[in-house]
Amino acid sequence: MESQQPSSRSLVAAVASVFLLSFGMAACGKKAAPPPPPPAPPAAEAPAPTVTLNASPTSIESGQSSSLSWTSENAVKVELDGTAVNLNGSQPVSPTDSTNYQITATSADGRTATAAARITVSQPPPPTVAAAPTTGDIGTFDEKVRDAFFDYDKSDIRPDAQMTLQADAAFLKAHPELAVQIVGHCDARGSAEYNLALGSRRAESVKQYLVSQGVDASRITTNSVGKEQPFCTETTEDCYQQNRRGHMLKGGQ
Amino acid sequence: MKTARVLACALLMVACAAFAGAQDQANIVITGTSKFNLAVPLFPANGVAPDLQTTFNQVLWNDLYQSAVVTMVGRSLYTAAAPSGEQDLSNPAYRQQWTAAPLNIQRLVFGQMQMAGGGLVVSGYLYDVTQPPGAGRLLARRYANPATAEGARQIAHHLADDVIAALGFGPGIASSQIAFISNRSGSQEVWTMDYDGANPQQRTHLHGIAYSPRISPDGKTLAFMSKVGSGQPQIRLLSLITNRLLPFPTFKGMSTTPAWSPDGGKLAFAAQMGGPNLEIYTINANGSGLTRLTHSRGFDNLAPTWNPKPPAGSTGQIAFVSSRLGLPGIYTMNADGSNQQRLPLSGYAVSPSWSPNGLSLAFAWVRQGGGENSGASDIYIWYFGGQKYVQLTHNEQRNDFPSWAPDNRHIVFESGPPYHNQLYSVAADGSVPAQLTNRGDNEMPNWSWH
Repeated sequence: MESQQPSSRSLVAAVASVFLLSFGMAACGKKAAPPPPPPAPPAAEAPAPTVTLNASPTSIESGQSSSLSWTSENAVKVELDGTAVNLNGSQPVSPTDSTNYQITATSADGRTATAAARITVSQPPPPTVAAAPTTGDIGTFDEKVRDAFFDYDKSDIRPDAQMTLQADAAFLKAHPELAVQIVGHCDARGSAEYNLALGSRRAESVKQYLVSQGVDASRITTNSVGKEQPFCTETTEDCYQQNRRGHMLKGGQ
Repeated sequence: MKTARVLACALLMVACAAFAGAQDQANIVITGTSKFNLAVPLFPANGVAPDLQTTFNQVLWNDLYQSAVVTMVGRSLYTAAAPSGEQDLSNPAYRQQWTAAPLNIQRLVFGQMQMAGGGLVVSGYLYDVTQPPGAGRLLARRYANPATAEGARQIAHHLADDVIAALGFGPGIASSQIAFISNRSGSQEVWTMDYDGANPQQRTHLHGIAYSPRISPDGKTLAFMSKVGSGQPQIRLLSLITNRLLPFPTFKGMSTTPAWSPDGGKLAFAAQMGGPNLEIYTINANGSGLTRLTHSRGFDNLAPTWNPKPPAGSTGQIAFVSSRLGLPGIYTMNADGSNQQRLPLSGYAVSPSWSPNGLSLAFAWVRQGGGENSGASDIYIWYFGGQKYVQLTHNEQRNDFPSWAPDNRHIVFESGPPYHNQLYSVAADGSVPAQLTNRGDNEMPNWSWH
């Protein structure tokens, strides 16, 4: 089917869910700390500091993140790899190589305790090498075959669209095995019924121009979604223009 | 109920009183100034479940209020007890409790509810309380239905319509239906609902894009446009009796915007027929007799609507949308395609709906220079007699797709910000606005013929 650009809303949701996931996993993966020593009977000597450090998860792929969490007792200062941190806390980390982390807690009388945690970072599998292109750069259709844009309530090919379509035609002629579907789109204004027809005229207009540039008509199909399936939804002139287009898709989707 | 009305009023910024200034502009269909003051006390009930009483009383009140032909006087103002029977109306002192100032009640609806034979039975009466009972008795009828919420609802609708008719305002709309498009199931499908928004029902499950539902004059068939996957939009027919799709020809390219002729024998629609633009065609409902009406060479003609009351001797009249002069405008023609004339409206005008009495056209209009960039459009009514238009909605949203009710007094339309709509009904004088939908996005309403 027709490819869709991810909306900004879904990107924010994806990032938010990664954050939530990492925090949640930190809470789940926390190992039980050894029980603190029983409080010393009242005496002249201050109790010794203790600290624990955990990483969760302990194994990630390069580019992913993990979370360090720590607790301390009887400490007035805690440092994680030399940087002062809260006495108890957690922190997301995204090391690119396997790393040992060290935390140090210092008590009021200057005694210290340390703990360590290690995160192993594995590299993602290497990208599969594309087969040597034979007759078509399939992967570059989306880059090379650009959409044509229209004026309000118009389906004629304006000068900037002519240049776009001339380049599209050149690509399509160089890759005769490819078919293309042109989908006509409209902006949010006006009647949905009328816009379905306007989108159809836009798609047909693009097709006729490509044919005039030497692309075989049998390779081209047209369709219209009118004002449905918009590329953006803001009520701005910029977004309206974004939606007034003939959208080019690899045929057969 | 009252809060929802006030909200709808504010949302739509519809004039919530009779148009005073517009009377010199157009022949307004509602007799503007003198509506009967109507009292509707609660119906006493004998052995009827409380929720059925509540449903009955609420639906009856709302039907009479929404009719827009009476002035409802609130129950909190009543001083008299509801009549225990017709005999109370023989007592002039009792009638005067209603007719005296400040209530000034002129008409009274009352009755009783009871259980009989396992079902619900309602006696309903309408009296002109300014008259002695001989002259004052305008309606006395008994209604019976299963003792269910739906049964109570339907009795209230029937009684309300009988009251409207007995008051002299012709058939009411309380039992009418509205077809529309909703995406609440996840895809745009055809739905139907009662005129007041109750009982919405999904009628298609095609998982594509559905547009432009049109109920047939006999209420048994629904025509609509369906586009599934990457296929072309086509006209489909759905039986509202069997819920099955009926056969209808498909054509090369896009076919869209079907409209039934007033006798139900023909459909007008727009189709590309393999060409680049839409032209208007008519076809018999059985698929024979395809006839082309417009020849616009590259511009679209679509969205036909038939005149329900064409002049005597004519083969029929159709109004439609055409972009032959640039921005889409509204045209009329004979049903054989002759005498095509453009309405004198500049700018972007679409979605015509011909009124049941044939005298006016509701449509949606973006006036040139007035809202082209904002996307806002308003519902207008064009009156053929005076060659004038009246503006019905006055808000910042997109208002579109008006459809006349069979009482020639109400219009249903879609309204909302881009990509989100709800359905509203309103009387043609701007009174009694009501929001009919609130789940999902709802658009393209069509009011039934009866």
